[in-house]
Amino acid sequence: MITKLLEQFLRTLGKPLVAFLSSLGDLVIFVAKALYHCFVPPFYFKLFIKQVLDIGFYSLPVVGLTTLFAGMVIALQTYSGFTGFKAENVIASVVLISVTRELAPVLSALMVAGRIGAAMAAEIGTMRVTEQIDALVTLSTNPFKYLIAPRLWAGLIVLPILVFIGDIIGIFGGYVVGVYKLGFNPANYITATFQNLQMIGIISGLVKAGVFGFIISMMGCYNGYKSKGGAQGVGNATTNAVVSSSILILIFNYLITEMFFSR
Amino acid sequence: MTKEVKIKIRDLHKSFGKKQVLNGVDLDLYKGESLVVIGGSGTGKSVLIKCIQGLLTPDSGSIEIDGIEIVGDNHTTIDDMHSKMGMLFQGGALFDSLKVWENVAFDLIQNRGISKKEAKIVAIKVLRQVGLGADIADLYPSELSGGMQKRVGLARAVITKPEIIFFDEPTTGLDPIMADVINDLIIESAKDLGATTLTITHDMASARKIADKIAMLYQGKIIWYGTVKELDKTDNPYVRQFINGSSKGPIKVEK
Repeated sequence: MITKLLEQFLRTLGKPLVAFLSSLGDLVIFVAKALYHCFVPPFYFKLFIKQVLDIGFYSLPVVGLTTLFAGMVIALQTYSGFTGFKAENVIASVVLISVTRELAPVLSALMVAGRIGAAMAAEIGTMRVTEQIDALVTLSTNPFKYLIAPRLWAGLIVLPILVFIGDIIGIFGGYVVGVYKLGFNPANYITATFQNLQMIGIISGLVKAGVFGFIISMMGCYNGYKSKGGAQGVGNATTNAVVSSSILILIFNYLITEMFFSR
Repeated sequence: MTKEVKIKIRDLHKSFGKKQVLNGVDLDLYKGESLVVIGGSGTGKSVLIKCIQGLLTPDSGSIEIDGIEIVGDNHTTIDDMHSKMGMLFQGGALFDSLKVWENVAFDLIQNRGISKKEAKIVAIKVLRQVGLGADIADLYPSELSGGMQKRVGLARAVITKPEIIFFDEPTTGLDPIMADVINDLIIESAKDLGATTLTITHDMASARKIADKIAMLYQGKIIWYGTVKELDKTDNPYVRQFINGSSKGPIKVEK
């Protein structure tokens, strides 16, 4: 009786575990294959440029607005929380640190994940269910090289550029609130910003951006590539792409921060 | 007269999870011949064609193309094979991000180093062969009707002059007249190229028209093989039921 119950218990526990492990293995194989094809010719340079435009150029408005308001709100919050300190210096440095280290990379990446990760999963997923990926293979073209490698390279290279632009816009947002709303001296605020400028903060933010870009492209491609079963399957793929890349972004954000700043 | 075997399949097995789809398929495809594999929906016809193309990996068995084994081999061999194969997909599988002529000329531009300008001229020529005018070359696939998409798919499959052409349900979803037009095009292009063709279909009118040989797939095995003439004389109850399109007989349809 007890052994039977135990067996049943283990079975209900084991089934999702096995499913989880097998899909994890699937993902690892996919990532390994994708990386291999990123470095082995032929390369499709034109498709890479197209992805750079899609991921980078057309995300500029979204990233710009996100970081602008993030910088503004940080300036405002810091002021209301830290009154009595030497405000200009404190606010400039808090805006600088929080924008370059955390807000610009994380918020931009989450926005791009929603915009690009979903689009990639939907496009590649539709190609999968309409047999376009099979057609690529029969036309002697490797889908990993043709579809996935250009997206991975583009994600890896473009996100740091986007985030660097976001850094500048975010700091500018803090400046706008500091000067026009809180009445700081513009020259003092700018001086304080440059005094507090740290290379490590900016670099860690850009490294994060590169990793996040890679994650977004990888999850978008993976979920699209493995999607099956028509419109519903493609729908699931887009949802999974956005959810999984968002979670991975937050996890890797912590890990990279730990790598750079813990002693 | 002994004919050269182009594709030789022996004891091919493929299953998905617990579902055994191909259960020991033996099939010979002779050079220059048109073989049609018939069978009900879900009997593994598409799986068979995908195994030959290396799109699916069989569990066991052997597939030889021109005497070269492709099962269990690394991908280099099968990649070489693709340059002598063409395929018309059931839904066309045209790349919807590319224009019609770019679809047709895809292999020429990507893999054979032919300039875009030249490739476009060739593409328009092949489009004309399948009865489409130059004016549709600059459209996108989504702007075409189903029958036109099939013809573009056919043009894309034959532009590289392949030795083997696969047709996955070429007439499914078309009206009877358009279906016959596609049948004629298939026969014509196969004859022009001297190609060996493998067609899978459940459209008997189409099968009779384009086949030299017919094979019937049932429960993962080839249960009947012969010419169209023999097809009408056979007393095999499975084949009789299928070609008569009757719900009564030895083939049980899962409900």
